[in-house]
Amino acid sequence: MKESITKKIFNALNERFQLDNLISFLKHKSVPKYRNTIWYYFGGISLLLFIVQVTTGILLIMYYKGSEDLAYESIKFINTKVSFGWLIRSIHSWSANLMILAIFIHMFSVYFLKAFRKPRELTWYTGVILLFLSMGFGFSGYLLPWDELAFFATKVGTDIAGQLPLVGDFLLKLLRGGEDVTGATLSRFFGLHVALLPGIFVVFLTMHLIVIQRQGMSEPEEWKNKKESEKETIPFFPNFAVHDLLIWLIVINILAILATFFPWELGPKADAFASAPVGIKPEWYFLFMFQTLKYIPAKVWFIEGELLGIFTFGLAGLLWVLVPFWDSKTPKGKKNKIINYVGIFVISFIIIFTIIGYLLD
Amino acid sequence: MVEKEKKEGKKSRRDFLNILLSGGFIAWLGAVIYPLISYLRPPQIEVVKVNSVNIGKVTNMEKDSGKIIKFGNDPVIVIRLADGEYRAFSASCTHLDCIVQYRQDYGQIYCACHNGRYDLHGRNISGPPPAPLAKYEIAIKNDEVTVYKPSV
Repeated sequence: MKESITKKIFNALNERFQLDNLISFLKHKSVPKYRNTIWYYFGGISLLLFIVQVTTGILLIMYYKGSEDLAYESIKFINTKVSFGWLIRSIHSWSANLMILAIFIHMFSVYFLKAFRKPRELTWYTGVILLFLSMGFGFSGYLLPWDELAFFATKVGTDIAGQLPLVGDFLLKLLRGGEDVTGATLSRFFGLHVALLPGIFVVFLTMHLIVIQRQGMSEPEEWKNKKESEKETIPFFPNFAVHDLLIWLIVINILAILATFFPWELGPKADAFASAPVGIKPEWYFLFMFQTLKYIPAKVWFIEGELLGIFTFGLAGLLWVLVPFWDSKTPKGKKNKIINYVGIFVISFIIIFTIIGYLLD
Repeated sequence: MVEKEKKEGKKSRRDFLNILLSGGFIAWLGAVIYPLISYLRPPQIEVVKVNSVNIGKVTNMEKDSGKIIKFGNDPVIVIRLADGEYRAFSASCTHLDCIVQYRQDYGQIYCACHNGRYDLHGRNISGPPPAPLAKYEIAIKNDEVTVYKPSV
Protein backbone atom coordinates (compact mmCIF):
# COMPACT_ATOMS: atom_id res chain seq x y z
CA MET A 1 0.00 0.00 0.00
CA LYS A 2 2.70 2.40 1.05
CA GLU A 3 4.81 1.51 -1.91
CA SER A 4 1.99 2.12 -4.32
CA ILE A 5 1.51 5.63 -2.95
CA THR A 6 5.18 6.51 -3.38
CA LYS A 7 4.99 4.99 -6.82
CA LYS A 8 1.93 7.08 -7.64
CA ILE A 9 3.68 10.24 -6.49
CA PHE A 10 6.72 9.29 -8.51
CA ASN A 11 4.64 8.61 -11.61
CA ALA A 12 2.82 11.91 -11.23
CA LEU A 13 6.10 13.81 -10.92
CA ASN A 14 7.70 11.76 -13.68
CA GLU A 15 4.88 12.61 -16.04
CA ARG A 16 5.46 16.30 -15.45
CA PHE A 17 9.22 16.55 -15.07
CA GLN A 18 10.56 13.48 -16.94
CA LEU A 19 12.44 12.14 -13.95
CA ASP A 20 13.42 9.13 -16.07
CA ASN A 21 15.94 11.31 -17.87
CA LEU A 22 17.48 12.35 -14.59
CA ILE A 23 17.63 8.76 -13.37
CA SER A 24 19.22 7.46 -16.53
CA PHE A 25 21.67 10.36 -16.35
CA LEU A 26 22.58 9.41 -12.80
CA LYS A 27 22.85 5.76 -13.83
CA HIS A 28 25.32 6.57 -16.57
CA LYS A 29 27.40 9.00 -14.59
CA SER A 30 30.54 7.30 -13.41
CA VAL A 31 33.76 8.08 -11.61
CA PRO A 32 37.07 6.65 -12.80
CA LYS A 33 38.46 4.07 -10.42
CA TYR A 34 42.22 4.16 -10.01
CA ARG A 35 44.83 5.11 -7.44
CA ASN A 36 43.80 8.78 -7.42
CA THR A 37 40.05 8.30 -6.93
CA ILE A 38 40.34 9.57 -3.35
CA TRP A 39 40.95 13.13 -4.60
CA TYR A 40 37.57 13.14 -6.33
CA TYR A 41 35.88 13.46 -2.92
CA PHE A 42 37.27 16.86 -1.99
CA GLY A 43 34.91 18.89 -4.18
CA GLY A 44 32.00 17.22 -2.41
CA ILE A 45 33.58 17.90 0.97
CA SER A 46 33.94 21.59 0.08
CA LEU A 47 30.29 21.63 -0.95
CA LEU A 48 29.21 20.01 2.32
CA LEU A 49 31.15 22.56 4.35
CA PHE A 50 29.63 25.37 2.31
CA ILE A 51 26.17 24.03 3.19
CA VAL A 52 27.22 23.94 6.86
CA GLN A 53 28.36 27.57 6.51
CA VAL A 54 25.06 28.69 5.04
CA THR A 55 23.05 26.89 7.73
CA THR A 56 25.08 28.05 10.72
CA GLY A 57 25.42 31.51 9.17
CA ILE A 58 21.65 31.90 8.97
CA LEU A 59 21.40 30.78 12.59
CA LEU A 60 24.04 33.30 13.69
CA ILE A 61 22.29 36.21 11.95
CA MET A 62 19.30 35.60 14.21
CA TYR A 63 21.25 36.98 17.17
CA TYR A 64 24.13 38.90 15.62
CA LYS A 65 23.97 42.70 15.56
CA GLY A 66 26.19 44.31 12.95
CA SER A 67 27.09 47.59 14.59
CA GLU A 68 30.14 49.03 16.28
CA ASP A 69 28.46 49.22 19.69
CA LEU A 70 26.62 45.93 19.61
CA ALA A 71 28.61 43.47 17.47
CA TYR A 72 31.00 42.34 20.20
CA GLU A 73 28.26 42.21 22.83
CA SER A 74 25.97 40.20 20.56
CA ILE A 75 28.69 37.59 19.96
CA LYS A 76 29.24 37.46 23.70
CA PHE A 77 25.51 37.00 24.12
CA ILE A 78 25.53 34.15 21.59
CA ASN A 79 28.51 32.56 23.35
CA THR A 80 27.14 32.78 26.87
CA LYS A 81 23.37 33.25 26.91
CA VAL A 82 21.90 31.50 23.87
CA SER A 83 21.68 27.74 24.37
CA PHE A 84 24.18 26.00 22.09
CA GLY A 85 25.12 29.43 20.76
CA TRP A 86 28.81 28.77 21.45
CA LEU A 87 28.50 25.53 19.45
CA ILE A 88 26.88 27.16 16.42
CA ARG A 89 29.49 29.91 16.37
CA SER A 90 32.31 27.42 16.88
CA ILE A 91 31.04 25.23 14.05
CA HIS A 92 30.77 28.27 11.77
CA SER A 93 34.38 29.28 12.46
CA TRP A 94 35.84 25.78 12.24
CA SER A 95 33.84 24.87 9.18
CA ALA A 96 35.05 28.06 7.48
CA ASN A 97 38.65 26.99 7.98
CA LEU A 98 38.04 23.39 6.96
CA MET A 99 36.17 24.62 3.87
CA ILE A 100 39.15 26.70 2.73
CA LEU A 101 41.44 23.74 3.43
CA ALA A 102 39.18 21.37 1.46
CA ILE A 103 39.05 23.82 -1.45
CA PHE A 104 42.86 24.11 -1.42
CA ILE A 105 43.24 20.32 -1.51
CA HIS A 106 40.56 20.10 -4.20
CA MET A 107 42.33 22.72 -6.29
CA PHE A 108 45.79 21.20 -6.00
CA SER A 109 44.51 17.71 -6.79
CA VAL A 110 42.73 19.04 -9.87
CA TYR A 111 45.95 20.83 -10.80
CA PHE A 112 48.20 17.78 -10.46
CA LEU A 113 45.69 15.47 -12.15
CA LYS A 114 45.57 18.05 -14.99
CA ALA A 115 41.79 18.07 -14.81
CA PHE A 116 41.87 21.75 -15.84
CA ARG A 117 42.86 20.87 -19.42
CA LYS A 118 40.50 21.20 -22.35
CA PRO A 119 37.47 20.94 -22.22
CA ARG A 120 37.38 21.73 -18.50
CA GLU A 121 38.89 25.23 -18.47
CA LEU A 122 35.62 26.81 -17.35
CA THR A 123 35.36 24.41 -14.41
CA TRP A 124 38.87 25.47 -13.38
CA TYR A 125 38.21 29.21 -13.73
CA THR A 126 34.93 29.11 -11.82
CA GLY A 127 36.60 26.94 -9.18
CA VAL A 128 39.46 29.39 -8.64
CA ILE A 129 36.94 32.24 -8.44
CA LEU A 130 35.10 30.24 -5.78
CA LEU A 131 38.36 29.93 -3.82
CA PHE A 132 38.94 33.69 -3.99
CA LEU A 133 35.35 34.33 -2.95
CA SER A 134 35.81 31.94 -0.02
CA MET A 135 38.87 33.86 1.06
CA GLY A 136 36.75 37.01 0.78
CA PHE A 137 34.20 35.33 3.04
CA GLY A 138 36.98 34.51 5.49
CA PHE A 139 38.39 38.02 5.45
CA SER A 140 35.05 39.80 5.83
CA GLY A 141 33.69 37.33 8.38
CA TYR A 142 36.78 37.67 10.52
CA LEU A 143 35.93 41.30 11.35
CA LEU A 144 32.34 40.67 12.42
CA PRO A 145 32.97 39.70 16.09
CA TRP A 146 34.69 43.10 16.42
CA ASP A 147 37.40 41.86 18.75
CA GLU A 148 41.00 43.00 18.92
CA LEU A 149 42.40 40.47 16.42
CA ALA A 150 39.56 41.11 13.99
CA PHE A 151 40.15 44.84 14.12
CA PHE A 152 43.89 44.68 13.44
CA ALA A 153 43.60 41.95 10.81
CA THR A 154 41.20 44.18 8.90
CA LYS A 155 43.40 47.23 9.41
CA VAL A 156 46.42 45.41 7.94
CA GLY A 157 44.46 43.69 5.18
CA THR A 158 42.77 46.82 3.93
CA ASP A 159 46.03 48.74 4.28
CA ILE A 160 47.70 46.32 1.86
CA ALA A 161 44.91 46.99 -0.64
CA GLY A 162 45.51 50.70 -0.08
CA GLN A 163 49.14 50.44 -1.22
CA LEU A 164 48.23 49.58 -4.78
CA PRO A 165 49.19 52.38 -7.19
CA LEU A 166 46.40 54.52 -8.71
CA VAL A 167 43.42 52.57 -7.33
CA GLY A 168 44.81 52.00 -3.82
CA ASP A 169 43.33 55.04 -2.15
CA PHE A 170 39.93 54.49 -3.70
CA LEU A 171 39.99 50.79 -2.82
CA LEU A 172 40.97 51.48 0.78
CA LYS A 173 38.12 53.93 1.29
CA LEU A 174 35.73 51.65 -0.54
CA LEU A 175 36.56 48.77 1.79
CA ARG A 176 36.74 50.78 5.00
CA GLY A 177 33.86 53.15 4.34
CA GLY A 178 36.19 56.00 5.31
CA GLU A 179 39.82 56.67 6.19
CA ASP A 180 39.97 54.24 9.11
CA VAL A 181 38.54 50.94 10.23
CA THR A 182 35.38 51.98 12.07
CA GLY A 183 31.77 50.97 12.50
CA ALA A 184 31.32 51.96 8.85
CA THR A 185 33.78 49.20 7.89
CA LEU A 186 31.87 46.73 10.02
CA SER A 187 28.60 47.60 8.26
CA ARG A 188 30.23 47.15 4.84
CA PHE A 189 31.86 43.86 5.76
CA PHE A 190 28.63 42.58 7.25
CA GLY A 191 26.76 43.36 4.04
CA LEU A 192 29.56 41.83 2.00
CA HIS A 193 29.60 38.69 4.13
CA VAL A 194 25.89 37.96 4.31
CA ALA A 195 24.50 39.42 1.07
CA LEU A 196 26.93 40.30 -1.71
CA LEU A 197 29.40 37.41 -1.45
CA PRO A 198 26.76 34.67 -0.96
CA GLY A 199 24.88 35.98 -4.00
CA ILE A 200 27.96 35.94 -6.25
CA PHE A 201 29.17 32.66 -4.75
CA VAL A 202 25.93 30.84 -5.56
CA VAL A 203 26.11 31.99 -9.19
CA PHE A 204 29.63 30.64 -9.66
CA LEU A 205 28.91 27.50 -7.67
CA THR A 206 25.92 26.77 -9.90
CA MET A 207 28.06 27.26 -13.01
CA HIS A 208 30.80 25.09 -11.53
CA LEU A 209 28.38 22.26 -10.76
CA ILE A 210 26.51 22.47 -14.06
CA VAL A 211 29.64 22.22 -16.20
CA ILE A 212 30.82 19.26 -14.13
CA GLN A 213 27.52 17.42 -14.64
CA ARG A 214 27.52 18.32 -18.33
CA GLN A 215 31.02 17.00 -18.99
CA GLY A 216 31.24 14.17 -16.51
CA MET A 217 34.18 13.32 -14.31
CA SER A 218 37.65 14.01 -15.63
CA GLU A 219 39.57 10.89 -16.55
CA PRO A 220 43.25 10.42 -15.78
CA GLU A 221 45.80 11.29 -18.46
CA GLU A 222 47.00 7.75 -18.92
CA TRP A 223 43.51 6.63 -19.95
CA LYS A 224 43.70 8.57 -23.15
CA ASN A 225 44.66 5.57 -25.25
CA LYS A 226 42.62 3.01 -23.34
CA LYS A 227 39.54 1.36 -24.80
CA GLU A 228 36.22 2.04 -23.08
CA SER A 229 36.07 -1.57 -21.93
CA GLU A 230 39.45 -1.37 -20.24
CA LYS A 231 38.46 1.64 -18.13
CA GLU A 232 37.47 0.73 -14.64
CA THR A 233 34.78 3.01 -13.22
CA ILE A 234 32.41 3.19 -10.28
CA PRO A 235 28.81 4.22 -10.92
CA PHE A 236 28.16 7.63 -9.41
CA PHE A 237 24.78 6.53 -8.13
CA PRO A 238 24.51 4.80 -5.75
CA ASN A 239 28.10 3.60 -5.23
CA PHE A 240 30.07 6.83 -5.31
CA ALA A 241 27.24 8.76 -3.68
CA VAL A 242 27.22 6.35 -0.73
CA HIS A 243 30.99 6.74 -0.36
CA ASP A 244 30.44 10.47 -0.54
CA LEU A 245 27.87 10.25 2.22
CA LEU A 246 30.20 8.21 4.39
CA ILE A 247 33.00 10.74 3.93
CA TRP A 248 30.58 13.58 4.69
CA LEU A 249 29.70 11.81 7.91
CA ILE A 250 33.39 11.55 8.81
CA VAL A 251 33.93 15.25 8.02
CA ILE A 252 30.90 16.22 10.12
CA ASN A 253 32.33 14.18 13.00
CA ILE A 254 35.72 15.85 12.70
CA LEU A 255 33.96 19.22 12.61
CA ALA A 256 31.88 18.35 15.69
CA ILE A 257 34.96 17.23 17.63
CA LEU A 258 36.91 20.37 16.74
CA ALA A 259 33.99 22.70 17.47
CA THR A 260 33.18 21.04 20.80
CA PHE A 261 36.63 20.47 22.25
CA PHE A 262 38.31 23.54 20.80
CA PRO A 263 35.57 26.17 20.92
CA TRP A 264 36.38 29.31 18.97
CA GLU A 265 37.62 32.13 21.16
CA LEU A 266 36.54 35.73 21.45
CA GLY A 267 39.30 38.20 22.30
CA PRO A 268 38.95 41.55 24.04
CA LYS A 269 36.73 44.11 22.33
CA ALA A 270 38.31 46.12 19.52
CA ASP A 271 39.77 49.44 20.60
CA ALA A 272 41.04 51.86 17.95
CA PHE A 273 43.39 53.44 20.52
CA ALA A 274 45.02 50.29 21.88
CA SER A 275 48.34 48.81 20.70
CA ALA A 276 48.24 45.79 18.44
CA PRO A 277 48.67 42.61 20.52
CA VAL A 278 52.07 40.88 20.31
CA GLY A 279 52.17 37.86 18.01
CA ILE A 280 49.19 38.95 15.95
CA LYS A 281 48.75 36.85 12.83
CA PRO A 282 46.26 36.65 10.00
CA GLU A 283 44.24 33.51 9.36
CA TRP A 284 46.46 30.63 8.24
CA TYR A 285 45.40 30.85 4.61
CA PHE A 286 46.72 34.38 4.39
CA LEU A 287 49.76 33.70 6.54
CA PHE A 288 52.20 32.60 3.81
CA MET A 289 51.65 35.87 1.96
CA PHE A 290 51.87 37.90 5.16
CA GLN A 291 55.09 36.13 6.14
CA THR A 292 56.70 36.66 2.74
CA LEU A 293 55.97 40.38 2.91
CA LYS A 294 57.98 40.51 6.13
CA TYR A 295 61.14 39.30 4.34
CA ILE A 296 61.04 41.75 1.47
CA PRO A 297 63.23 44.77 2.25
CA ALA A 298 61.60 48.19 2.40
CA LYS A 299 63.07 49.15 -0.94
CA VAL A 300 64.22 46.87 -3.73
CA TRP A 301 66.13 48.95 -6.26
CA PHE A 302 63.61 51.76 -6.73
CA ILE A 303 60.38 49.87 -6.02
CA GLU A 304 58.68 49.79 -2.64
CA GLY A 305 59.11 46.37 -1.01
CA GLU A 306 55.45 45.91 -0.11
CA LEU A 307 54.38 46.82 -3.60
CA LEU A 308 56.85 44.37 -5.11
CA GLY A 309 55.45 41.62 -2.89
CA ILE A 310 51.85 42.42 -3.78
CA PHE A 311 52.66 42.50 -7.49
CA THR A 312 54.62 39.26 -7.35
CA PHE A 313 51.76 37.49 -5.61
CA GLY A 314 49.27 39.06 -7.99
CA LEU A 315 51.23 37.94 -11.01
CA ALA A 316 51.83 34.45 -9.60
CA GLY A 317 48.13 34.14 -8.80
CA LEU A 318 47.20 35.24 -12.31
CA LEU A 319 49.59 32.72 -13.91
CA TRP A 320 48.16 30.02 -11.65
CA VAL A 321 44.61 30.82 -12.71
CA LEU A 322 45.58 30.91 -16.38
CA VAL A 323 47.32 27.51 -16.34
CA PRO A 324 45.00 26.08 -19.06
CA PHE A 325 46.49 28.76 -21.38
CA TRP A 326 50.18 28.22 -20.86
CA ASP A 327 50.05 24.47 -20.51
CA SER A 328 50.36 23.72 -24.20
CA LYS A 329 51.79 20.22 -23.94
CA THR A 330 49.14 18.35 -21.97
CA PRO A 331 46.34 18.93 -24.46
CA LYS A 332 48.53 17.33 -27.13
CA GLY A 333 48.81 14.23 -25.02
CA LYS A 334 52.39 14.85 -23.97
CA LYS A 335 53.55 14.86 -20.39
CA ASN A 336 54.21 18.34 -19.11
CA LYS A 337 56.64 18.03 -16.24
CA ILE A 338 56.88 21.81 -15.78
CA ILE A 339 53.29 21.83 -14.54
CA ASN A 340 54.22 19.37 -11.81
CA TYR A 341 57.37 21.28 -10.86
CA VAL A 342 55.45 24.54 -10.62
CA GLY A 343 52.77 22.85 -8.52
CA ILE A 344 55.30 21.28 -6.17
CA PHE A 345 57.07 24.61 -5.83
CA VAL A 346 53.84 26.44 -5.01
CA ILE A 347 52.73 23.84 -2.45
CA SER A 348 56.16 23.79 -0.77
CA PHE A 349 56.27 27.57 -0.74
CA ILE A 350 52.84 27.81 0.91
CA ILE A 351 53.60 25.08 3.46
CA ILE A 352 57.09 26.34 4.36
CA PHE A 353 56.07 29.96 4.78
CA THR A 354 52.96 28.99 6.75
CA ILE A 355 55.10 26.93 9.14
CA ILE A 356 57.68 29.71 9.43
CA GLY A 357 54.83 32.12 10.13
CA TYR A 358 53.66 29.99 13.03
CA LEU A 359 57.03 29.03 14.48
CA LEU A 360 58.94 32.28 14.20
CA ASP A 361 57.79 35.54 15.74
CA MET B 1 12.45 -26.94 8.25
CA VAL B 2 16.18 -26.32 8.44
CA GLU B 3 15.96 -24.33 5.24
CA LYS B 4 13.20 -22.19 6.66
CA GLU B 5 15.10 -21.49 9.86
CA LYS B 6 18.12 -20.48 7.85
CA LYS B 7 16.00 -18.08 5.88
CA GLU B 8 14.55 -16.58 9.01
CA GLY B 9 17.99 -16.24 10.51
CA LYS B 10 19.13 -14.37 7.47
CA LYS B 11 16.13 -12.12 7.62
CA SER B 12 16.61 -11.27 11.27
CA ARG B 13 20.27 -10.42 10.68
CA ARG B 14 19.19 -7.98 8.03
CA ASP B 15 16.50 -6.62 10.35
CA PHE B 16 19.08 -6.16 13.04
CA LEU B 17 21.30 -4.16 10.71
CA ASN B 18 18.35 -2.11 9.55
CA ILE B 19 17.35 -1.30 13.11
CA LEU B 20 20.93 -0.42 13.97
CA LEU B 21 21.30 1.87 10.96
CA SER B 22 17.94 3.60 11.19
CA GLY B 23 18.30 3.86 14.97
CA GLY B 24 21.70 5.45 14.52
CA PHE B 25 20.29 7.82 11.94
CA ILE B 26 17.41 8.84 14.20
CA ALA B 27 19.81 9.37 17.12
CA TRP B 28 22.00 11.52 14.87
CA LEU B 29 18.98 13.50 13.73
CA GLY B 30 18.02 14.08 17.35
CA ALA B 31 21.53 15.23 18.16
CA VAL B 32 21.27 17.81 15.39
CA ILE B 33 17.69 18.93 15.88
CA TYR B 34 17.73 19.29 19.68
CA PRO B 35 20.52 21.93 19.80
CA LEU B 36 18.96 23.62 16.78
CA ILE B 37 15.56 24.05 18.42
CA SER B 38 17.14 25.13 21.71
CA TYR B 39 19.25 27.66 19.83
CA LEU B 40 16.19 29.11 18.13
CA ARG B 41 14.37 29.64 21.43
CA PRO B 42 15.51 33.11 22.52
CA PRO B 43 16.93 33.26 26.04
CA GLN B 44 14.83 35.04 28.66
CA ILE B 45 16.02 38.59 29.09
CA GLU B 46 15.35 39.87 32.58
CA VAL B 47 13.25 43.02 32.72
CA VAL B 48 13.38 45.38 35.64
CA LYS B 49 10.00 45.24 37.32
CA VAL B 50 8.24 48.57 37.44
CA ASN B 51 5.39 49.26 39.83
CA SER B 52 4.93 52.98 39.43
CA VAL B 53 5.98 55.75 37.09
CA ASN B 54 6.03 59.44 37.96
CA ILE B 55 4.90 61.57 35.03
CA GLY B 56 5.51 65.02 36.52
CA LYS B 57 3.35 67.91 37.62
CA VAL B 58 -0.40 67.98 37.24
CA THR B 59 -0.15 71.06 35.04
CA ASN B 60 2.29 69.37 32.65
CA MET B 61 -0.54 67.87 30.63
CA GLU B 62 -3.18 69.97 29.01
CA LYS B 63 -6.81 69.26 29.69
CA ASP B 64 -8.54 67.10 27.05
CA SER B 65 -5.34 65.40 25.91
CA GLY B 66 -3.55 62.05 26.10
CA LYS B 67 -0.02 60.70 25.88
CA ILE B 68 1.79 57.38 25.84
CA ILE B 69 4.29 56.68 28.61
CA LYS B 70 6.79 53.84 29.15
CA PHE B 71 5.75 51.65 32.01
CA GLY B 72 8.67 49.23 32.17
CA ASN B 73 8.32 47.41 28.87
CA ASP B 74 4.62 48.22 28.48
CA PRO B 75 3.10 51.27 26.84
CA VAL B 76 0.48 53.00 28.94
CA ILE B 77 -1.88 55.76 27.78
CA VAL B 78 -2.47 58.60 30.23
CA ILE B 79 -5.48 60.81 29.54
CA ARG B 80 -6.39 64.10 31.14
CA LEU B 81 -10.10 64.67 30.72
CA ALA B 82 -11.66 68.05 29.94
CA ASP B 83 -12.53 68.49 33.64
CA GLY B 84 -8.91 67.90 34.63
CA GLU B 85 -9.27 64.33 35.88
CA TYR B 86 -6.43 61.90 35.11
CA ARG B 87 -6.97 58.33 33.89
CA ALA B 88 -4.55 55.65 32.67
CA PHE B 89 -4.98 52.44 30.72
CA SER B 90 -2.83 49.86 29.04
CA ALA B 91 -2.12 51.30 25.58
CA SER B 92 -2.01 47.90 23.86
CA CYS B 93 -5.19 47.35 21.90
CA THR B 94 -6.85 44.12 22.95
CA HIS B 95 -7.47 43.27 19.30
CA LEU B 96 -4.00 42.87 17.76
CA ASP B 97 -1.64 44.70 20.08
CA CYS B 98 -1.41 48.04 18.23
CA ILE B 99 -0.88 51.11 20.40
CA VAL B 100 -4.02 53.17 20.92
CA GLN B 101 -4.33 56.99 21.02
CA TYR B 102 -6.60 59.62 22.56
CA ARG B 103 -8.82 61.32 19.99
CA GLN B 104 -10.02 64.76 21.00
CA ASP B 105 -12.52 64.88 18.14
CA TYR B 106 -14.23 61.65 19.28
CA GLY B 107 -13.58 62.09 22.98
CA GLN B 108 -12.59 58.42 22.86
CA ILE B 109 -9.62 56.14 22.85
CA TYR B 110 -9.01 55.05 19.30
CA CYS B 111 -6.93 52.36 17.64
CA ALA B 112 -5.79 53.41 14.17
CA CYS B 113 -4.96 49.88 12.98
CA HIS B 114 -8.53 48.61 12.63
CA ASN B 115 -10.79 51.43 13.84
CA GLY B 116 -11.20 50.03 17.33
CA ARG B 117 -12.80 52.40 19.83
CA TYR B 118 -12.87 52.49 23.62
CA ASP B 119 -14.69 54.93 25.84
CA LEU B 120 -12.87 56.94 28.50
CA HIS B 121 -13.25 54.10 30.98
CA GLY B 122 -11.34 51.80 28.65
CA ARG B 123 -14.43 49.82 27.64
CA ASN B 124 -14.45 48.53 24.08
CA ILE B 125 -17.46 50.15 22.42
CA SER B 126 -17.01 49.68 18.69
CA GLY B 127 -14.84 47.95 16.13
CA PRO B 128 -12.94 44.68 16.53
CA PRO B 129 -11.48 44.93 20.08
CA PRO B 130 -12.76 41.95 22.07
CA ALA B 131 -12.06 43.21 25.60
CA PRO B 132 -11.61 46.45 27.55
CA LEU B 133 -8.19 48.02 28.13
CA ALA B 134 -6.59 47.19 31.47
CA LYS B 135 -6.95 50.05 33.91
CA TYR B 136 -3.95 51.65 35.65
CA GLU B 137 -4.31 53.67 38.84
CA ILE B 138 -3.47 57.34 39.29
CA ALA B 139 -2.30 59.00 42.46
CA ILE B 140 -1.77 62.75 42.80
CA LYS B 141 0.40 63.84 45.69
CA ASN B 142 2.00 67.25 46.13
CA ASP B 143 0.91 68.15 42.61
CA GLU B 144 2.85 65.20 41.18
CA VAL B 145 1.08 62.59 39.08
CA THR B 146 2.06 58.94 39.52
CA VAL B 147 0.76 55.98 37.51
CA TYR B 148 0.44 52.70 39.43
CA LYS B 149 0.11 49.15 38.30
CA PRO B 150 -3.45 48.02 39.08
CA SER B 151 -3.51 46.10 42.34
CA VAL B 152 -5.00 42.73 41.48
